[in-house]
Amino acid sequence: MNYWPLLGVAVIVVGFALRFNAVPVVVVAALVSGLLAGLSVADLLALLGNSFVSQRMLLLFVLTLPAIGLLERAGLREHAQRWMARLQNLTLARLLIGYLLLRQLLATMGLTGVAGAAQTVRPLLAPMGEAAAQKILPELEQDDREELRAVAAATDNIGRFFGEDVFIALGAVLLIQAFYTQHGIELSPLAIALWALPTAVAAFVIQSVRIWLYQRRLQRRAARRERGA
Amino acid sequence: MLRIEHAYWLIAAFLLYSGWRNLRDGHRWHAAFWIVLGLLFGAGDFILAQSAAGNALPAQMAGIGVIALACLAPRLRRQAHPENRSAEQRLQSAIELGHRLFGPALLIPLVTLLVALFGGYLVIGQFALFAKPQMTLTGLALACVIALLAAARVARTPVHEGVAEGRRLLDAIGWAALLPLLLAALGQVFTRSGVGAAIAEIATDFLPTGNATAALAVFALGMVLFTVIMGNAFAAFPVMMAGIGLPLLIQQHGAHPAILGAMGMLCGYCGTLLTPMAADFNLVPAALLELRNPYGVIKAQAWSALWIFASTFTMMWLLVFR
Repeated sequence: MNYWPLLGVAVIVVGFALRFNAVPVVVVAALVSGLLAGLSVADLLALLGNSFVSQRMLLLFVLTLPAIGLLERAGLREHAQRWMARLQNLTLARLLIGYLLLRQLLATMGLTGVAGAAQTVRPLLAPMGEAAAQKILPELEQDDREELRAVAAATDNIGRFFGEDVFIALGAVLLIQAFYTQHGIELSPLAIALWALPTAVAAFVIQSVRIWLYQRRLQRRAARRERGA
Repeated sequence: MLRIEHAYWLIAAFLLYSGWRNLRDGHRWHAAFWIVLGLLFGAGDFILAQSAAGNALPAQMAGIGVIALACLAPRLRRQAHPENRSAEQRLQSAIELGHRLFGPALLIPLVTLLVALFGGYLVIGQFALFAKPQMTLTGLALACVIALLAAARVARTPVHEGVAEGRRLLDAIGWAALLPLLLAALGQVFTRSGVGAAIAEIATDFLPTGNATAALAVFALGMVLFTVIMGNAFAAFPVMMAGIGLPLLIQQHGAHPAILGAMGMLCGYCGTLLTPMAADFNLVPAALLELRNPYGVIKAQAWSALWIFASTFTMMWLLVFR
């Protein structure tokens, strides 16, 4: 067994820990691993080029930028915030938990590309969340706004991840089934997807509780500020 | 017929446009970066077709292009383009346009949803409107174009203003946009270099084989750790299953395969929430939302990931050896 290619992993760990620019770190890691595994330079370049261009769908989100840029220029975020401010019953926690539920349900139906950081979080969820937080604590600081946007993005990720595993015709379930088939164990996709349900429920409950705790923290800060004033 | 390749050409055109605009503004490094990336996107189909036909030269050129991007990336300073309109102007426009602004924004998820659900049925005679592979993503690309046209109409602004705004956002995201592709490529290089096999070998050397619970814990933590390293639970799964799951847990200790597979994979998903290697979920959103801390999204989901892992592991431990 050749253990030298593991140095590529070390390059990643050290590079990310020292916060070097991630792009050269990743490319150097690939070159180190490949060369230490004994690949020739020509093969390694071709492997790098081929794997890079076969992943082009990962840049698809940039196509949302012109439409979203234009709408933001025309005041989309300002409007989302003004609208949220008018909706008295829609609290921050209800907004985020509602979004979590919707995202998770869509993902269980295999519809993961419908929402996302570019499609829904930046133009809609984040500004609405900021407005909802402002209803609790009117003077939000820059750090608070960034934390809130991060919570919105985290909610989007968790909803997607722990929904998509329940969908039978996609990625994870088929991969698990294919692995077992290769090793002589026959399972139906449904039998596998079923066992992703308990975690899907647990993930929903856990993230909802954390959103609620986050809101309570803001409320307590607001209360303290009021007492102090 | 609309295929995913059309979306790639559209991306290539947008990248080349961004490069050209940066060149005109005198930002040479940005210009070079987007132009090289645009060329890789435009030539992608040709590269893959030539590789399949046995000609490795275009793929090798692409590999050199990737290395060029790595050299250019550190030179891209995040430049704050001034917003083209003041906050006051935007507020004025928001008051004037009101809910009409939501329309085009919601068109993006809506059109994507419609294509995902019904795109397969849109057939005129023998002519299918959407190609089967990657139909949802083709739908997303189409949705973006429709939303841009609708947004231009609602805001009474020419379409090219939208493309210019898009380029401003793209420059703000910068090299972070590239990471998902690079990390996916790195995963493939790791696989070809035998990194996974080497880690599995080390793991099994230290493994307590007699105790079922201990083996299960090593399996679950291994899924998390391996996903953190590779950035992808799909890469971790076959390695951990072949190393520990199948020979030890299933064949020796009689673990239930469906439960072990499903919940083991979900342990890996908890790792995805924790790692900068999963750039498309963790780093790109941070750049897109203009967070100063690139690890802000990971920080926000770390506790959720730990709790979800703890509950999944507990359920797996209770259920898998029934």
